Amino acid sequence: MTYLAKPKFHHPGLPKNELGYTHRDYEGTVSTLCAGCGHDSITGAIIQACFELAIEPHRVAKISGIGCSSKTPTYFLGNSHGFNSVHGRMPSVLTGANLANRDLIYLGVSGDGDSASIGLGQFAHCLRRGVNMTYIVENNGVYGLTKGQFSATADRGSKSKRGVINTDNSIDMVAMALQLGATFVARSFSGDKQQLVPIIKAAIAHKGAAFLDVISPCVAFNNHAGSTKSFDFVREHNEAVNRLDFISTRMPIELQQEPGTVEIVEQHDGSKVALRKLDADYEVHDRAAALGFLQHHAAKGQIVTGLLFVEKESEDLHAHLHTVDKPLNALGTKDLCPGSAALDAFNASMR
Amino acid sequence: MPTATPLSRVNDFVVRFANVNGSGSASANEMFARAILRMGIPVAPRNIFPSNIQGLPTWYEVRVTEDGHLGARGGTDLMVAMNPQTFDKDIASIEPGGYLLYDSTKPYPPSKFRDDITVIGVPLTAICNREYTDPRQRQLFKNIIYIGVLTALLELDVAAVEQLIAEQYKGKDKLIGPNVKALHIGRDYAILNLAHPIGLRLRKTDKVGDKIFVEGNSAAALGAVYGGATVCAWYPITPSSSLADAFTKWCAKYRVDPETRRAKYAIVQAEDELASIGMVIGAAWNGARSFTATSGPGISLMQEFIGLAYFAEIPAVIFNVQRAGPSTGMPTRTQQCDLISCAYASHGDTKHVMIFPENPAEAFEMGAMAFDLADRLQTPVFVMLDLEIGMNHHLCRPFQWDDSRTYDRGKVMTYEELEAGKDFGRYLDVDGDGIPYRTYPGTHPTKGSFFTRGTSRDRYAKYTEEGGPYVDNMQRLLRKFETAKDIVPKPLIANAAKPSKYGVIYFGSTAPAMDEAIHMIEARGHGLDRMRLRGFPFHSSVNSFVADHDFVFVVEQNRDAQLRSLIVNECGIDPVRLVPILHFDGTPITARYIAKAIGDHLDQMTMKPAKVTS
Ligand SMILES: Cc1ncc(C[n+]2csc(CCOP(=O)(O)OP(=O)(O)O)c2C)c(N)n1
Ligand code: SF4
Repeated sequence: MTYLAKPKFHHPGLPKNELGYTHRDYEGTVSTLCAGCGHDSITGAIIQACFELAIEPHRVAKISGIGCSSKTPTYFLGNSHGFNSVHGRMPSVLTGANLANRDLIYLGVSGDGDSASIGLGQFAHCLRRGVNMTYIVENNGVYGLTKGQFSATADRGSKSKRGVINTDNSIDMVAMALQLGATFVARSFSGDKQQLVPIIKAAIAHKGAAFLDVISPCVAFNNHAGSTKSFDFVREHNEAVNRLDFISTRMPIELQQEPGTVEIVEQHDGSKVALRKLDADYEVHDRAAALGFLQHHAAKGQIVTGLLFVEKESEDLHAHLHTVDKPLNALGTKDLCPGSAALDAFNASMR
Repeated sequence: MPTATPLSRVNDFVVRFANVNGSGSASANEMFARAILRMGIPVAPRNIFPSNIQGLPTWYEVRVTEDGHLGARGGTDLMVAMNPQTFDKDIASIEPGGYLLYDSTKPYPPSKFRDDITVIGVPLTAICNREYTDPRQRQLFKNIIYIGVLTALLELDVAAVEQLIAEQYKGKDKLIGPNVKALHIGRDYAILNLAHPIGLRLRKTDKVGDKIFVEGNSAAALGAVYGGATVCAWYPITPSSSLADAFTKWCAKYRVDPETRRAKYAIVQAEDELASIGMVIGAAWNGARSFTATSGPGISLMQEFIGLAYFAEIPAVIFNVQRAGPSTGMPTRTQQCDLISCAYASHGDTKHVMIFPENPAEAFEMGAMAFDLADRLQTPVFVMLDLEIGMNHHLCRPFQWDDSRTYDRGKVMTYEELEAGKDFGRYLDVDGDGIPYRTYPGTHPTKGSFFTRGTSRDRYAKYTEEGGPYVDNMQRLLRKFETAKDIVPKPLIANAAKPSKYGVIYFGSTAPAMDEAIHMIEARGHGLDRMRLRGFPFHSSVNSFVADHDFVFVVEQNRDAQLRSLIVNECGIDPVRLVPILHFDGTPITARYIAKAIGDHLDQMTMKPAKVTS
């Protein structure tokens, strides 16, 4: 959806979250994307998820690369700092930011061109490092901003708007994320808010590298017959593995408990994710099975959506580097400078 | 008997060891240099090594210099020739009257040698084969044995070497005895069989004082620790890897929380240079002091990000340890060849701050200072080292730190200031110095947040593609660059004894050779005023220095006179006034080279035309 000019006043009747913020406090500026772009729906889902989680907007750092998708951080969480960096290199900027201040919430937004082509290396490495973040790829199979060239996630055999058939194999970023050691891997669809919002919430609460691939049809270049990322195609071929409710410890637990079908996933920070499996034999903690499941359905031309994998005991980069609890950017001269006495000893040892 | 008079000098000569890479000679050779230092005699050692791990030729040169001339001199007075592969070349490089020490196990015909040098044969391999059975020991102790020989030939203090062996193998005490024994095997052989001492001699003195002996990369890394760097992201490349290694070592020593044993720093070996500079930028944007260390090829890869940091005004520190380019060039040889690629890194109109240390002491100081500069100016700062400074040990003044110093984090608007209603516009030039205020992410719930981007924006960081705000922003960036002129380290000027019409400009690792060359030029009857540049943008005194002289030599270590171009471009100086003196074969520039090039020039300039009588 493209936002119209936003009302200046808060409607007094707007629902508030436990921080007293309304939905409006989680919005950004008016979107300049094409009307109907899937990316705007994802923006809406991010806003919804942050509102429901009652996150303080300014505690989020939103970082992106370059592309239509990478523009979206301007459209949500207007009170947080954002960084629209360079094409394909959001992951390194996010990694650095995260090293500087472990206390913020990091939201990385990227496109499939951004992450699967020019940025494939950085995508891979920030996942294997376990940077604590939510990495969202708004995946439309094309380069939107540069007008419709195939991206590396475009399926082989799919047809571009200009009628060209893609002869290259496609990259499945979810399969890659599983192999690279991401500790939270999910796929969703921009049109399925019911599924997407809880997944984003769970990803944000996850401590470690959370990767989320969201199929996001591009109305301008990739929503025509022949495309495998169009609304209609995805609706027809969507095989949801589970539905997901997110419950943070600050919210009353509401669960639709159907014995045998619900799984509570204990997150590292104590919060819990409840999964309701649609697929009776789907196991959310089994990386290898997730890959197999994914590939099995891919072979049938089906797209698997839902939370595919969560690692029970996930760790993040700060744990690997054994850094202090206090954010590095909050350390001052006293904490950091060894001082002249140490320097005198150093000098003496260099003679 | 040699045809040239054998050299006879005390505390002033050059010894060069020719070895094979990977033969374990490095530690023995370094011990030789350190033992001389312990005798109170200044030394300037240099490693000349190939871009491979084992088998190719490597040299270690020790300039013994009572006068404290720390630049490379050129030429060799005593060659310790341990590499058959380079034997002929090594002999050819000895100065007339010089000495050759070689392994005479396999005798060479006299035609192999020159008749103007003194040839000293020691059957090193035979001695080792007799003393040791283990092949590795035969190789390693051979190095110590020739050091033993040198203690007799040069009157090197044998107790100082023994002491160094004890220090080196502290904790591995079993190795001390055998090493000392090897040392004496060599020494005893020389005393019994060789004419000793030779004409080159060492005599104790007190010229070292409180100076320290340290590598530039290690010094720069310590500077980063003292300067408050908490995030380092890097990718291996010679000759800068040892800077990151040293930072890792110094952090482990100085930056671990004593109670929790946890790190007050984060070091990431990135997947490439693109990622390393990206991490630096992300961390700096988020308020941590961060840096990367790299060399020319890394700078090439970082270009796009450096432009982003310039335009989005993010304080990144980049240590560039320069090596010979272009491309892979000569990866283990020194040059000063990245001036232009750093000054104008990235596309579009960009200009970057650079600082130029001359030795490890300045590498330490400027290494720390770079973080204050970057924060103050909110822009990338390049610390321009080179292999010569970075990877060699240098004798320099001890490092100093003023404990009352606190980090200058520049213009950062705090929660309180935002609360108090201060107008925050990320790109507002409130103080007229071109430097705006920034806020760190997470500062305030409703005020002070902004969007950072490489695309154009107005003063309040709002995206716009209008020409007016773009020009306004670009002009402000120029004002900021003007401000930088007085903040970066100023040039140092030293005048000739008598007023001179000629000047010389130089920077960085050229300085020690220049200090020495100036005396040699004076000895030829020419006075020369000197200006050593320490920062870019250039201070206004560069213009006046050039204006005050008929012409000025610009000495640098690259082919294209990059510094001269920068001066012409940035100071608007007529190129004719600047005479390039260029050295770029990958070896460090020498005093001899500078003195000859400038001296010849000045001779010509000051030559009176002969009177023609008809
Ligand atoms: C170094 C560099 N190369 C190329 C571009 C041009 N470019 C801008 S966006 C884009 C592709 C964006 O595609 P994607 O990430 O899929 O995002 P979408 O627009 O489809 O959301 C490209 C190639 C650029 N900005 N920088
Ligand atoms: S071009 Fe495609 S991806 Fe870009 S805004 Fe339009 S619909 Fe969205």
